[in-house]
Amino acid sequence: MNTFAKITATETKLFLRSPLMAVVGILLPSALLLGIGAIPGMTEPSEAAGGYRFIDAWVPSLIVVTLAALALQSIPGAVATYREQGVLRRLATTPAHPANLLGAQLLIHVVVALAGIGLVLGLADAVYDVPMPKHPLVFLLTLVLGVVSMFALGLVTASIARTAKSAGGLAMISFVPIMFFGGVYLPRPLLPEVLRRIGDYVPPGSQALQDAWVGTGVQPLQLVVLAGFAVAGTALAVRLFRWE
Amino acid sequence: MPLIEVTDLRKCYGTRVAVDGVSFTVERGEIFGILGTNGAGKTTTVECLQGLRAADGGTMSVLGLDPATDRTALTRRVGVQLQESQLPPKLRVREALELFASFYPEPADLDVLLGQLDLRDHARSFFGKLSGGQKQRVSIALALVGRPELAILDELTTGLDPHARRETWRLVEGVRATGVTVLLVTHFMDEAERLCDRVAIFDAGRVVATGTPAELRAAAGASTLDDAFVSLTRSAR
Repeated sequence: MNTFAKITATETKLFLRSPLMAVVGILLPSALLLGIGAIPGMTEPSEAAGGYRFIDAWVPSLIVVTLAALALQSIPGAVATYREQGVLRRLATTPAHPANLLGAQLLIHVVVALAGIGLVLGLADAVYDVPMPKHPLVFLLTLVLGVVSMFALGLVTASIARTAKSAGGLAMISFVPIMFFGGVYLPRPLLPEVLRRIGDYVPPGSQALQDAWVGTGVQPLQLVVLAGFAVAGTALAVRLFRWE
Repeated sequence: MPLIEVTDLRKCYGTRVAVDGVSFTVERGEIFGILGTNGAGKTTTVECLQGLRAADGGTMSVLGLDPATDRTALTRRVGVQLQESQLPPKLRVREALELFASFYPEPADLDVLLGQLDLRDHARSFFGKLSGGQKQRVSIALALVGRPELAILDELTTGLDPHARRETWRLVEGVRATGVTVLLVTHFMDEAERLCDRVAIFDAGRVVATGTPAELRAAAGASTLDDAFVSLTRSAR
């Protein structure tokens, strides 16, 4: 087995031995969906939501929740813990490059995020009859850009946090705005116009996801901005990264 | 040719000079001690030798390689135990060894290694559940798992109780008996006196004396290495 595969296998075991993040990432968004669906009126068409049901508008926001928890909270915490414990430095003294450890963490978190998102979409379809994306390919492309841009932001936090504690604090700087603009605290149709417009361009692109979903057509500029976040975030993370 | 040759090594952090013209050599098969108080430049020197830090001046040769340019080749032949380095608490001892073994072309036999370090009964234990002495033994095992020619052990027995310290010393002697050269970083004089063939005494980023423990005692007119150390590092201030 090569180094990356071996490290990924070991990291997966460790991830599952402290399963809180896996449970949060996979089950929490679905639990929220069921909770919201249980609120009277959420599954009825609403004028304020432009004729859609609130539950429809919530699905992209639940994707935001999943990605925010895994990309903005979990990864920076994991990497900062390894930095704090000297694991990254220890690895740097072996023939295995510590970048393997980062790659393994990314892979595990992306897989969990996709599982969590898949479960939300499946449940939304099965329980609330939320129609599946009208433009599946555009939706997938948007989702990929959304996932990459969010993990890029998470890696910036992971690069600069020296300890797990400071990672938790630093993560909030991106976590709270992302959740807010993603319509998690207040459904996006209820946000003031100007905030909603800003939110259109904030990762993971919940408006673009929504548009691809209902088939109204995605604004290319929104995708370009997402890609910009992905590239700039990754470049910044690489620049700022410290093994210790 | 010496296994390690350091000539006039310099390293600054900003305006602070951490290592200020250090020179010493380590011969194959030796246990060589780097002694000094906290902040004397010991760990920085060793980190330069591993290629973890770039030196600001001087030359280094480790196993005939230059750590600054041949770091990757060096990592295959040098085993390292770092000061205050931990492992994930939910990693089992054997899993840690298997993981590290997979990094090296010709790793040691894990069962033999576990036996040597008296860890056989703990092979399935989580790292986080081990005592300080057991963790230190795992750390040594990881330093040896790649069958290194040189083992660098930094602050090996800090935080261990007297029994665990003596046990660890016995292990280091066992390691050397298998032909591995040992570079031992410590601030414990009794440890250096017991284990080291030769030592270099560091003070404020410089080497103030090099020799066998007996030579240093004689040179300082002291009855213990501890007294010799105090008088050597005081005269340098």
